Amino acid sequence: MNYFPDEVIEHVFDYVVSHSDRNSLSLVCKSWYRIERFTRQRVFIGNCYSISPERLVERFPDLKSLTLKGKPHFADFSLVPHGWGGFVYPWIEALAKSKVGLEELRLKRMVVSDESLELLSRSFMNFKSLVLVSCEGFTTDGLAAVAANCRSLRELDLQENEVEDHKGQWLSCFPENCTSLVSLNFACLKGEINIGALERLVARSPNLKSLRLNRSVPVDALQRILMRAPQLMDLGIGSFFHDLNSDAYAKLRTTILKCTSITSLSGFLEVAPFSLAAMYPICQNLTSLNLSYAAGIQGSELIKLIRHCGKLQRLWIMDCIGDKGLGVVATACKDLQELRVFPSAPFGNQGAVTEKGLVAISMGCRKLHSLLYFCHQMTNAALITVAKNCPNFIRFRLCILDATKPDPDTMQPLDEGFGAIVQSCKQLRRLSLSGQLTDQVFLYIGMYAEQLEMLSIAFAGETDKGMLYVLNGCKKLRKLEIRDCPFGDTALLTDIGKYETMRSLWMSSCEVTVGACKTLAKKMPSLNVEIFGEGEQADCYVEDGQRVEKMYLYRTVAGKREDAPEYVWTL
Amino acid sequence: MAREGLGLEITELRLGLPCGEPQKNEKKRMFSEIDGGVGEENGGSGDRKIIEKKNQVVGWPPVCSYRKKNMNEGSKMYMKVSMDGAPYLRKIDLGLHKGYLELALALEKLFGCCGIEAALKDAENCEHVPIYEDKDGDWMLVGDVPWEMFIESCKRLRIMKRSDAKGFGLQPKGSLKRFI
Repeated sequence: MNYFPDEVIEHVFDYVVSHSDRNSLSLVCKSWYRIERFTRQRVFIGNCYSISPERLVERFPDLKSLTLKGKPHFADFSLVPHGWGGFVYPWIEALAKSKVGLEELRLKRMVVSDESLELLSRSFMNFKSLVLVSCEGFTTDGLAAVAANCRSLRELDLQENEVEDHKGQWLSCFPENCTSLVSLNFACLKGEINIGALERLVARSPNLKSLRLNRSVPVDALQRILMRAPQLMDLGIGSFFHDLNSDAYAKLRTTILKCTSITSLSGFLEVAPFSLAAMYPICQNLTSLNLSYAAGIQGSELIKLIRHCGKLQRLWIMDCIGDKGLGVVATACKDLQELRVFPSAPFGNQGAVTEKGLVAISMGCRKLHSLLYFCHQMTNAALITVAKNCPNFIRFRLCILDATKPDPDTMQPLDEGFGAIVQSCKQLRRLSLSGQLTDQVFLYIGMYAEQLEMLSIAFAGETDKGMLYVLNGCKKLRKLEIRDCPFGDTALLTDIGKYETMRSLWMSSCEVTVGACKTLAKKMPSLNVEIFGEGEQADCYVEDGQRVEKMYLYRTVAGKREDAPEYVWTL
Repeated sequence: MAREGLGLEITELRLGLPCGEPQKNEKKRMFSEIDGGVGEENGGSGDRKIIEKKNQVVGWPPVCSYRKKNMNEGSKMYMKVSMDGAPYLRKIDLGLHKGYLELALALEKLFGCCGIEAALKDAENCEHVPIYEDKDGDWMLVGDVPWEMFIESCKRLRIMKRSDAKGFGLQPKGSLKRFI
């Protein structure tokens, strides 16, 4: 191994790209560890509290791209109180202090302040790409700083963030000599933007491939923008509201014909009825269609549009499409790989999609590997059929709106159905369960789900055995999140070594007690065990026998974190 | 072959899901138990309907809060509405209304007039008549078809003066009460 000079080994390492492979390289021997760390450019940190910013900077001085994730996944569903953590500032501060030439920062579920964005924009001369997903804590002032100061900015991608809109002119802050933009996504911003500034920005960005607009861009501006950017590949339309008889609409229809490079379409946050026909000419080129925020599109219009989309690989829609509509998808979209069907009202359209739609999809779309499906009911027979038709699932997330609903045909739990899924889909990496489920489903998961990395459980199981089947059986498990299940101390404490092999465990509204958490924390110093309630003070947990409302534990080399709020008790 | 006991177990009253198996584990938290108080978190307002209350468990269904906020803003089916005699048009979001009655009241509020609700019941004798242009380009009297069919086919709305309606050739289909 050490017969080659370092330069040769470095050159070989250049071909090793994936994070897990690079991690493996660094474990081979000291010399490889050293070479690897000086050549590592991209680092992914799935839990920002697993390592300190200083340690990161020290180990990887040549770092160019950093991906960080903060809050636990269940924070998306309001289960994590405000102020829990996930602050990006210390990371940017540490990177700024060092000599790291950061070029790309990708954050998910983190708290990003305007100060962080300002510091970021001033500290890295070559900064190119900022991607913020499900983040919060910043305003359009922070965006203005990024626009103004990042001279070589290529990508500003804001997805589903909570941004306070100060109605400033952030978009106008892109300097006149900024011509490097490749991707701009501000669909999640609620406020107005300077339309003229946007049009000028697009006009001077010849490399712009991806543009996702918010609601404030009217149709006439959209048409002018499309005229200037026929090279666009990914388009997000904010407002598609207009008079069908107007000149603006007629012009748009003509302009769209020129947009032959568009393969990805999204948005339609506002839409005039019966106006989607303007999109038909580009439908045949689409590989990705996201209409999951297009509440104004009726089921029938949606179906008509999808009939034209023969090349679709990814489809995100709402359940107003109905089972019949999914039947149309199954006929039209033979290349479909990823499907997400979201509920169109907070508690779903009565009977909008059921097991029938999913079965139809499984029969027509044999390449399907990723699914997120919100439905009113599911049957074991349907799941068994789906498992047989689509053995290639990597991600299978099923959400029955009535969380403990049994199979309506047989009144049985859905153990057998999910069991069929895990048995058939040998590459399954992510699974979310719902419906009435006993310990049996966990036995199946432990037995068959050999590649499973992430499991989400809610209102399921009967005894501690359920959780133990999973912990014992799923060797590759990294993230386990459980809510409202009867799993308690025995389940938690039987195999504590397991948690060092995982990124994190979340348990809320289960039967775990304070005492058990304390025991766990004591025996496993490499874990942070945090318990908290509904924003109450941490010292309300006085008795060991008391049930814990929420517990989040994760492996870490950074020790107890300093920024936990008062209501979080790290044991 | 004598039966154990008196076989009266079948008459025993029990709480539980209709799944045949008696609940072994009392500690299990039933999804349906979690309602009432928890519902307040999401609503905040005392006006939240009782029907929805039962389903309100925090964080269920697992839709991310950003998406939930967008859903709650209602489906954006904006429709242009013109009123004879008014200097400019208005827009109304059909997605916010659940039926003709609500629509009529909203229109009355929008234009500061009354009588639209009455027109739905009896188009013959009212001053203002709501009509709509359907997807075929025809002008139809509001209220003839079921609400769901109406919102699927309505392109724009117009509130016409009764006096103009006669020349327009509309023929209301008798009593419209059943769709209100």
